[in-house]
Amino acid sequence: MKQTSETFLENASEALKDAGKAQRRDLLALFTPMVRDAAINNFENFQTLRQHVKKVRQHSLDNLDHYLAQFEQEAVRNGNRVHFARDGDELNSIVLDICQQHSARRIAKGKSMVTEETGLNDFLQRANLDVMETDLGEYIIQQAGETPSHIVGPALHKSAAEIRELFLDKHDLGPRELAETADLVAEARGVLREHFLKAEVGIIGANALIAENGYTMLVTNEGNGDLCANLPRVLIVCTTMDRVLPRAEDASAMLRLLVRSATGQPQTCYTSYYSGPRREQDTDGPLETHIVLLDNKRSDVLASDYHEMLQCIRCGACLNHCPIYASVGGHAYGWVYPGPMGSILTPLLTSLEQSAALPNACTSCGRCAEVCPADIPLPDLLRDLRHQEATENLSSTPWRRGMKMHAWLARHPRLYHALTAIGIPLLHRLGRKRGRFSRLPMADGWTSQRDFPAPQRKTFMQLYKARNKASRRRADDR
Amino acid sequence: MNKQHLDSTPPSKGFRVSLFVTCLADLFRPSVAFASIKLLEQAGCEVTVPLQQTCCGQPTYNTGDYESTIPLAQQVIELLESADYVVVPSGSCAGMICHHYPRLLEGEWRDRALQLAAKTFELTTFLSDIVHIELNGRNPVKLPTVTYHDSCAGLRELGIKGQPRKLLRELCDTQVKELQQTEVCCGFGGTFCTKMPEISGKMVGDKLNNALATEAKILTGGDLGCLLNIAGRATRQGEDIEVRHIAELLCGDLDGPAIGEGK
Repeated sequence: MKQTSETFLENASEALKDAGKAQRRDLLALFTPMVRDAAINNFENFQTLRQHVKKVRQHSLDNLDHYLAQFEQEAVRNGNRVHFARDGDELNSIVLDICQQHSARRIAKGKSMVTEETGLNDFLQRANLDVMETDLGEYIIQQAGETPSHIVGPALHKSAAEIRELFLDKHDLGPRELAETADLVAEARGVLREHFLKAEVGIIGANALIAENGYTMLVTNEGNGDLCANLPRVLIVCTTMDRVLPRAEDASAMLRLLVRSATGQPQTCYTSYYSGPRREQDTDGPLETHIVLLDNKRSDVLASDYHEMLQCIRCGACLNHCPIYASVGGHAYGWVYPGPMGSILTPLLTSLEQSAALPNACTSCGRCAEVCPADIPLPDLLRDLRHQEATENLSSTPWRRGMKMHAWLARHPRLYHALTAIGIPLLHRLGRKRGRFSRLPMADGWTSQRDFPAPQRKTFMQLYKARNKASRRRADDR
Repeated sequence: MNKQHLDSTPPSKGFRVSLFVTCLADLFRPSVAFASIKLLEQAGCEVTVPLQQTCCGQPTYNTGDYESTIPLAQQVIELLESADYVVVPSGSCAGMICHHYPRLLEGEWRDRALQLAAKTFELTTFLSDIVHIELNGRNPVKLPTVTYHDSCAGLRELGIKGQPRKLLRELCDTQVKELQQTEVCCGFGGTFCTKMPEISGKMVGDKLNNALATEAKILTGGDLGCLLNIAGRATRQGEDIEVRHIAELLCGDLDGPAIGEGK
């Protein structure tokens, strides 16, 4: 996927200009926290379970080598073939090889952010494979030639009217109304069903890998994952190695938080565990199953100061609660993962240089960390990335120097107070009449959006010292 | 007592409090600090203001310049650690001291940071939960309708939510008219507002609109950064709403111009 994180500010500016889309985002930002809160507040064990899941995730990651080996062993025992891919290119090649071995032409694909990360669809299409996304949201953006704007609801940025236009344009089904949302869903369902029945290979993601039994787990609301997994002859599960959990009950515990945090449901419509290929007594299921586990710098992240980011369970709650994500939408972030989690993952999985703006797209408001079911200190990690930018000279030089100057001055109180005692009264006199400035040198960023309030007539320190002097004089006079 | 501490009142039997004024109150709105002193004294505290104070280091810290922030944090610790209590009329500066100094510092300095954190309080929390300020026969302050913006650091790092509302009820006989999305950031975010002005503008615009929808005459809050941001937007749009710090409201200091208003 082509990355445009470098132009985050320009992307954001464009996004803010589209009033219709901005209004849509505002509504979602109001609605999604409400459904999440309702689900969590009706669920008394949230804090306890959150701490439990965090511990489980940390333990799994701390012992990743052990649990991965166990998972591989159990998965192979179930008849799966397990592949490890160092980077996106490797994953794409492994998947293409499997498809070619089976002379496959049609692929039915479930929603998978990992394959967005590796650009798998483009890669397979260049090899003349017919890849169809089967999650409704993913299908819509695939038809529109767009990328996901949200990790859970990839097409949340599109209105029903836009989707109607898209379907009328893309589906050659003759004259029809598609007046209701249900009509749109029914039409997509019909188109997709055809593809499911013809596909030779199914590709899905996974929400968890269970070490003790070698199963992969996937949640969907549409059941498309099960159709991808069971109708084609070959199933390929693409996910990352950090998804591994020791036991099935750990996956259950995580699920209880994941779904409530993501969509406010107690559970998704479908929760599926995939064990492996069809056994002799089975009447259906794939004949051959592969599991491809991607690293793509995650082992580097695990060894870094940002390792807590790997605890992420991809619920999207941090996106739904982030006022910056709500303002600019997912596409502005310029890669696969947007919002707070994306502003951390993008620099870590691509490069900080390419995405230096993202860790700055944060007011440290802390709302993301408050709702994160994996209890990741997102604002702290974002600040640490800004620290890394400062250390590696990736932030703007005048800005960095200005900050250093401020800190130096603040460490010299006498000079600080002397200078502010000159500057503040001057600023006060200049702005006294109106009490504010509409423009001020070196404060364009501030004054482009709001007035700059003028200070009161003197600094507190000036006034306070004068007051103390006066009261001492009065005491001496007595 | 430290030479740098100048008494502002004769010693009393009450709590000995050092006021950390914050750089924004020092520079932009001394009335916030004077109102804080008055409130603390009304609550029976003996207030001193260490004169060597400047800034808590949030701007450099949040920009990611930890190296410049560390000596500043150490300076603040040295200046304040001899106090019985430290009170700060800002949730974010108090949060900086209570949560971020211990995160930033190591070893002995971390221990000293934790000791300071244990006795540092944001103003409304201290007045409401520690010294239990009361009217004591004074008349309640008369206020027009008030709405309150929950500043993020105070809300989430320090759990400030009920305290300012309780104080407004008890000292001003005022029930806050709640604004929609009150717990959503106003778009200030320290240096964020100048680094990403358009996004910040969208956020403060939303905040202001939600405040205006309450039809309150005054918007208040506990953090000057947010208030300067919201006030600047309100005057830019020419809206009829005054923005004032909660300390000013609680001690009835409404004579001077509101933030961003001229004489």
